[in-house]
Amino acid sequence: MNETRKAVISVLGTDKKGIIAQVSRILYENDANILDITQTIVSGLFSMILIADVSAEDGAFDTLKTELDALADRIGVQIRTQRSEIFEAMHQI
Amino acid sequence: MHMINTSEILETLNMIDHQKLDVRTITMGISLLSCVTDDEDRLAKNIYDLITRRAEKLVAVGQAIERDFGVPIVNKRISVTPAALVTGAIKNPVKVARALDAAAKATGVDFIGGYSALVHKGMTEADRRLIESIPEALSETDFLCSSVNVGSTRAGINMDAVRLMGEVVKQTAANTAGNGGLGCAKLVVFCNAVEDNPFMAGAFHGPGEGDCAVSVGVSGPGVVKVALEGVKGAPFDEVAETIKRTAFHITRVGQLVAREASRRLQVPFGIVDLSLAPTPAVGDSVAAILEEMGLEICGTHGTTAALALLNDAVKKGGVMASSHVGGLSGAFIPVSEDIGMIQAAEKGALSLEKLEAMTCVCSVGLDMIAIPGDTSAETIAAIIADEAAIGMVNNKTTAVRVIPAPGKVVGDSVEFGGLLGHAPVIPVRQFSAAQFIHRGGRIPAPLHSLRN
Repeated sequence: MNETRKAVISVLGTDKKGIIAQVSRILYENDANILDITQTIVSGLFSMILIADVSAEDGAFDTLKTELDALADRIGVQIRTQRSEIFEAMHQI
Repeated sequence: MHMINTSEILETLNMIDHQKLDVRTITMGISLLSCVTDDEDRLAKNIYDLITRRAEKLVAVGQAIERDFGVPIVNKRISVTPAALVTGAIKNPVKVARALDAAAKATGVDFIGGYSALVHKGMTEADRRLIESIPEALSETDFLCSSVNVGSTRAGINMDAVRLMGEVVKQTAANTAGNGGLGCAKLVVFCNAVEDNPFMAGAFHGPGEGDCAVSVGVSGPGVVKVALEGVKGAPFDEVAETIKRTAFHITRVGQLVAREASRRLQVPFGIVDLSLAPTPAVGDSVAAILEEMGLEICGTHGTTAALALLNDAVKKGGVMASSHVGGLSGAFIPVSEDIGMIQAAEKGALSLEKLEAMTCVCSVGLDMIAIPGDTSAETIAAIIADEAAIGMVNNKTTAVRVIPAPGKVVGDSVEFGGLLGHAPVIPVRQFSAAQFIHRGGRIPAPLHSLRN
């Protein structure tokens, strides 16, 4: 297997039951290991940033992104799935 | 390696969502030198086949990178060898123009550049045929961009070419009068043109380049503007530092995208162009950065100094973020493509003369400026000559992209649509330069061209 590939998943929306459960379930089903989670609720607004290892298999990122996009539509929150390189490139030398 | 922290992630997301951080373009440069033949139809076919093969996956790869990293990539473009270099043995270069446009449509790119000639010292017959065909080529195509280099610090200014370009700009406006002279928005007259510029309308794949390369042009005036909001009233040392830090972040994204595009397309990485390229959208304006520095409106006294600082700090911040920096690299000041510039021109704060002064310290030149439709070819040529002189003497790239909007007078507005925006028609001097332009010949290179 090549180097660790990480995805950054950011979730933003009105707080409701089961957001974390449903996001992490999709990650589990796609063999993605959660490395870090930060989560807060400010005046009813749910915000979570989750970093996951998606290097388990080729194409894992694409499937994960598609499923999380579908979940976002279903439960009405914004979910963004991005490869971690953009953040690393911007903030690390 | 440390784990990326939440505030860094939020900062990046904020830049993309609210400050219009984007990658303006991934541009694939393709050499057409292997296509040469003296059979017109054959040449057109060779060019079409080569481009559609090399750039087959360009748009798809651009979209995939956009999706993976969550950063918008606004345009995908192609630049090619200056067409005059491959049309020497044929009569009608417009056939090549049509082939280039067809290849752009087939690959799905936004623009294709390189209907160009490099005539800074002299003009071959092929150069002349190509230049004279520009009005027809631009009126018969949709995505084609054209550029002509009429001067350089090393060679001086080819005033015969300058005179001819005045006429070509005028004729191009006439041929595209139905669209406000839109053809002129796709035509740039350069001094010291660069061979690896990924930005339109002036992109071409220079003769010193290899078979194929991908380059990236970054953007992000909104990010710089917001960063400067944090240092209100601070001395310029802090302003410069803030711009440098921001430019570094922006350029790192460009470098990442360029590296990924190069890897996925299996084409060598060319350069990252460190430019601040505005769009007509609110919050994506270079003028707004200058105003944030404390100017009531862009174009007032102090604007040139503010732009000089901005242009320099963008380069200093960006240069360490990329392994190869090139292209035009600096701040762009296209009037119609920048909402702050448009407003400044409408209020009369921004004149042609002030814009000319600003081009001494920014990355390019007089860009996307609408002038009255009855401006003579000689006056346009004289505007080009002035701008080329600034480039020649100051060892920098300068360019003229003016639109003598057919039937329009000062105070009217011209709409180009999309990224090209709209422009108020601004006045030019009413006194003649015709005798000056009709002298022809060459303005000698300045003394400091002798650097060996």
